[in-house]
Amino acid sequence: MLKIIPSKQNLPAKDRKTKNGERFIMSIISVTGLKKAYGAIIAVDGISLDIEKGQIFGLLGPNGAGKTTTINMLTGLARPTAGKIFVDGIDGIKNIKKVQRIIGIVPDESNLYDEMDGFDNLCFCASLYGIKKAEREKRANKLLEIFGLKNTGKRPFRAYSKGMRRKLTIAAGIIHHPEILFLDEPTTGIDVESARQIRSLILDMKRQGTTVFLTTHYIEEAERLCDTVAFIVDGKIIKKGTIDELMENEGNEHILKLTLEGSVNGIISDLQLNFPNFRIKPGGNNSCFISSVERPSLLPILQYLDKKGISVYEAREIRPSLEDVFVKVTGIEAAELKREKEGVRK
Amino acid sequence: MNAWIAYWNILKKDIRNYYLKPPNISWGIIFPLSWTLMQFIRTPQAGAAEAKQLLPGLMSMSVLFGTTSMLAVTITFERRGRSFDRLLLAPISITAMVLAKISGAVLFGVVMAFLPALLAAFITDLSGISWGMGIISVLLMSITSTLLGLAIAVSSKEVFEAQTYSNFFRFPMLFLSGLFIPIDNLPVFLQPISYCLPLTYGVDILNKAITNTGIMNVWFDCLVLIGISILLFCFCLWNIKKKWIL
Ligand SMILES: Nc1ncnc2c1ncn2[C@@H]1O[C@H](COP(=O)(O)OP(=O)(O)O)[C@@H](O)[C@H]1O
Ligand SMILES: [Mg+2]
Repeated sequence: MLKIIPSKQNLPAKDRKTKNGERFIMSIISVTGLKKAYGAIIAVDGISLDIEKGQIFGLLGPNGAGKTTTINMLTGLARPTAGKIFVDGIDGIKNIKKVQRIIGIVPDESNLYDEMDGFDNLCFCASLYGIKKAEREKRANKLLEIFGLKNTGKRPFRAYSKGMRRKLTIAAGIIHHPEILFLDEPTTGIDVESARQIRSLILDMKRQGTTVFLTTHYIEEAERLCDTVAFIVDGKIIKKGTIDELMENEGNEHILKLTLEGSVNGIISDLQLNFPNFRIKPGGNNSCFISSVERPSLLPILQYLDKKGISVYEAREIRPSLEDVFVKVTGIEAAELKREKEGVRK
Repeated sequence: MNAWIAYWNILKKDIRNYYLKPPNISWGIIFPLSWTLMQFIRTPQAGAAEAKQLLPGLMSMSVLFGTTSMLAVTITFERRGRSFDRLLLAPISITAMVLAKISGAVLFGVVMAFLPALLAAFITDLSGISWGMGIISVLLMSITSTLLGLAIAVSSKEVFEAQTYSNFFRFPMLFLSGLFIPIDNLPVFLQPISYCLPLTYGVDILNKAITNTGIMNVWFDCLVLIGISILLFCFCLWNIKKKWIL
């Protein structure tokens, strides 16, 4: 049995089991019944989340779903209408200034100072966390190097490209070595190379033990980066779990793809007759898809085809993607998700 | 201790980013300077002799113009560019953050106020002035008008809106606070308004300090200015917490 409690601090692994064998998950962020109303608009509608320490958590949802509002409430830019927030055991509503010491925030739009260069921006941000001058400058230089922004020199922030802006904003968000990093759509609207660097940086942060809370509307990104994902639509969390859990529970159709030497025409109906428990559909290039709730066993099918003198060129199980799961539980097409976002960007 | 590092760096950044920028400096001195020039052109001989009489008004005007629009515009600007969020997200109390923002503008106002005094020193004899009292009055005036600027900033959404509001307060103050026209010479129905304007009390101390012509008790003036400052500060803090933390 799993029980989730907000952690006071990082307990060593051996302390994680209680006497009666219950396993406690150390949740560093614990949210219950969180709600935010702007007048008649309910931006976030009673969500509950538990995020384990050291994980990458992804909040995935279309534009206007309430992702930014959720981050704003967790970080102290918005006041919840109802609900509870605990961050590392600290009450995030009563004691937000204490929470802010251990979190880093990277907003969806860069919020650095246009007239200052990269180094000055980073040093200033570090000073807000009470870091002394020598240390500030050391960290700023190191971060500029890590992010490949060393050669921007005295160029003011306003003259940075979009990708550079995002990278410097992330650098500013981690200069005080936060335990938890919030990233609002970290790779939206920037070049492919910068996005790739940012993703690998997020994984580095995780390796160093930082908990990452990110929002995204890129399903593949969530699938590639996150340990745990929650789908949010219209302010409500429709589904949450680890990537594996989501795939197992929701992508409940097992699909087998067979590619034959010759045409599949005429064989489909024959197969369907002999294997009534499976759904069999033709695919392109001499292939067909065999799907069922139970995992289809390959051998009887191969034996049957062999008896008929049909040789099989390739047999492959198709794993459902997070995208399939998302489409299934939310009813929103992945393409729609992206299109909406781009429409807004214009 | 840590809050001091943040406080000091916010102040330093504002001075560098805003207060040392030529357009802002010129905005602070252009009105007082052109006013002085106008006086000289009108009555060239009397100009030098009158310089000392004009000084309290000029200094108050510098403070008023140097501070009110400053915070109103820079904070609205930082809010629009979202960099103000960074300050709200920092682990320092909102009070400390607001104090840091105010300090820059107050300092700027004080420096601006002494520019006309510096100019005047070249053309007239400035002996006999109580500088201590002068500094106190300039400081108090600077604090109240900075807070007035902040109050405007927390009440407006756009830069132009902030500018409009600050002019709405500034120009009446220019004429009704006894800067150049003694309050007793104003039409009787305007005089009550004069006593509602904080600048009136600052100018009064300055008159006492420079020309020894104040009409009220200096301690009373100080008390009024401090009282108004505290009220404005609380109003601003309350409004920031209410409006900017959504
Ligand atoms: N300050 C605000 N005032 C009124 N409505 C808001 C405000 N901020 C967000 N909303 C509304 O709340 C909903 C969720 O917005 P948001 O959290 O920005 O979504 P997301 O980040 O998922 O795109 C939207 O309908 C948006 O219009
Ligand atoms: Mg958003």
